[in-house]
Amino acid sequence: MVPRARPDSYYGRPVLKEPVWEAENVASYLFFGGLAGASSLLAAFAQLTGNRELPRVSKVAAAGAIGVSVAMLVRDLGRPARFLNMLRVFKVTSPMSVGSWLLSGYGPAAGAAAALAVTGRLPRAGAAATAAAAALGCGVSTYTAALISDTAVPAWHDGHREMPFLFAGSAASAAGGLGLLAVRPDHSREAARFAILGAAAELTAKSLMMRRLGAASEPYQTGRAGKLMEAAEVLAATGLAGAVLSGRSRLIAALSGAALLAGSALTRFGVFEAGRASARDPKYTVRPQRERLTQAAAAVRPDT
Amino acid sequence: MDPAERAGYDDHPPRLGFFTDTSVCIGCKACEVACKEWNAVPEDGLLLTGMSYDNTEQLSATTWRHVAFIEQIGPRGDGAPGPDGPAGGPPGAADGWPGAADGTRWLMASDVCKHCSESACLDVCPTGALMRSEFGTVVVQDDICNGCGNCISACPFGVIARAETDGGAHKCTLCYDRLGDGLTPACAKACPTESIQFGPVDELRERARSRVGELQESGVSKARLYLDNPDDGIGGGGAFFLLLDEPEVYGLPPDPVVTTRDLPRMWRHTAMAAAGLAVAAFAACLHGARERS
Repeated sequence: MVPRARPDSYYGRPVLKEPVWEAENVASYLFFGGLAGASSLLAAFAQLTGNRELPRVSKVAAAGAIGVSVAMLVRDLGRPARFLNMLRVFKVTSPMSVGSWLLSGYGPAAGAAAALAVTGRLPRAGAAATAAAAALGCGVSTYTAALISDTAVPAWHDGHREMPFLFAGSAASAAGGLGLLAVRPDHSREAARFAILGAAAELTAKSLMMRRLGAASEPYQTGRAGKLMEAAEVLAATGLAGAVLSGRSRLIAALSGAALLAGSALTRFGVFEAGRASARDPKYTVRPQRERLTQAAAAVRPDT
Repeated sequence: MDPAERAGYDDHPPRLGFFTDTSVCIGCKACEVACKEWNAVPEDGLLLTGMSYDNTEQLSATTWRHVAFIEQIGPRGDGAPGPDGPAGGPPGAADGWPGAADGTRWLMASDVCKHCSESACLDVCPTGALMRSEFGTVVVQDDICNGCGNCISACPFGVIARAETDGGAHKCTLCYDRLGDGLTPACAKACPTESIQFGPVDELRERARSRVGELQESGVSKARLYLDNPDDGIGGGGAFFLLLDEPEVYGLPPDPVVTTRDLPRMWRHTAMAAAGLAVAAFAACLHGARERS
């Protein structure tokens, strides 16, 4: 039997195409890319203020993370062999284009900074690489928010005002968390503070986003995405609390660091899944647009 | 501004596009077949969807024209009996549309890429594969596309898609290869009722406005144009439509807006967040030296 005609959709079919990106590649990339950029920043400033251990760990983490990131990005392409085509043009209307160029500069800088830190050779070149990685790292950790927001996917597009702050906070939380996990407490105070600021920003941005979205926050709060976002929130809050106490014991520091890293990852996976869900159900596309038209028509009609 | 001019063409032919008048579509699907034949688009599986005569289901990498079928049964269009029947019934009853006495009508529409004036897929493409042709159409250069999938998430109509077979993004080209030789696109050529009309967009818009005026005068109050207005959320479509009901009935978004319009704000907020990240890192390390000394 042909289903009844509906006034608000075509047989319940999606209006949009669901993102073709795979979570295991792209959501992972969001996490590793954020971790890398923020780690480079932490390394640079910690080095400037005389910390010896934290910068080396953060630089190696950044280089490793960005290596993994780029591998995942290439893997997710429909035609991976043509990945260099990303560098044919530079388009400011395409966050993916801007990001490709950012990564082309950041990758080598982060790699050089890590290699020179580990070998201890060429300290001035190492400092230059560290500074370059930090400067570009700011962009690497945040451009991805523009990338996913600059789509028709309702959950991502509608959150575009807060998304960069959510991603920046998540990145700082992860970078600080890694420092707490891998460096002994008396040399990871900078990481702890960075993580606290990051986790606080992450939680605040998320809360503001949900409040502003109102009914449109449903994809973030229901289903699989809802579970991921909630778990991420619990982990970020726990990690934040642990970071505050982390000076006291290596164990607390390590657990806090792990919680922060996991929380940051789950935030990215949660956002990704929310986007998927919002593209799949036509109501998330149709209803807000229909409401907008109705309101515009009401505004034009004089009230009698 | 004309899209071809905005893209940098100094001397270009008039903008070409489609006016699809769904009020005369007979659902024959000659357009689907002609498109596939001319463009050598592969078949996309033999499936029976149960969606009336629509077994194609949607536009995709392997379907560039898609005919939709909506059966609106009874005065309310959903099979439920109205309180009074057609004459004194609620909206949707007959609607002046020649058809069954009880108000039943079948809607048939050939969907296609809209070749937006402000095209999200084109804007977000990082390789430059998606480009604006001299005719004002939006075309994917298959030898450049690396299948990143960004265009797919950006399209507000869910048109462009990535093919599993070759990993690239594909969509209607408005028969770019035929336009160059002064030929009509395959679907418009094959359409037996001239539901799909091809020509300069300005001319098509004029024709469409007089056609919709005609329909409304004869009592078809729900007839309306969709994406003909250059002031709408995509700057108007090179391919636009005459619909007999709300766009969402056909699976189309009621008020699509190209995502690029919000991009300036996105970049501003990204820059602020990036700066904030740096400031946070600086603040976190400020006490460092003092703590250790």
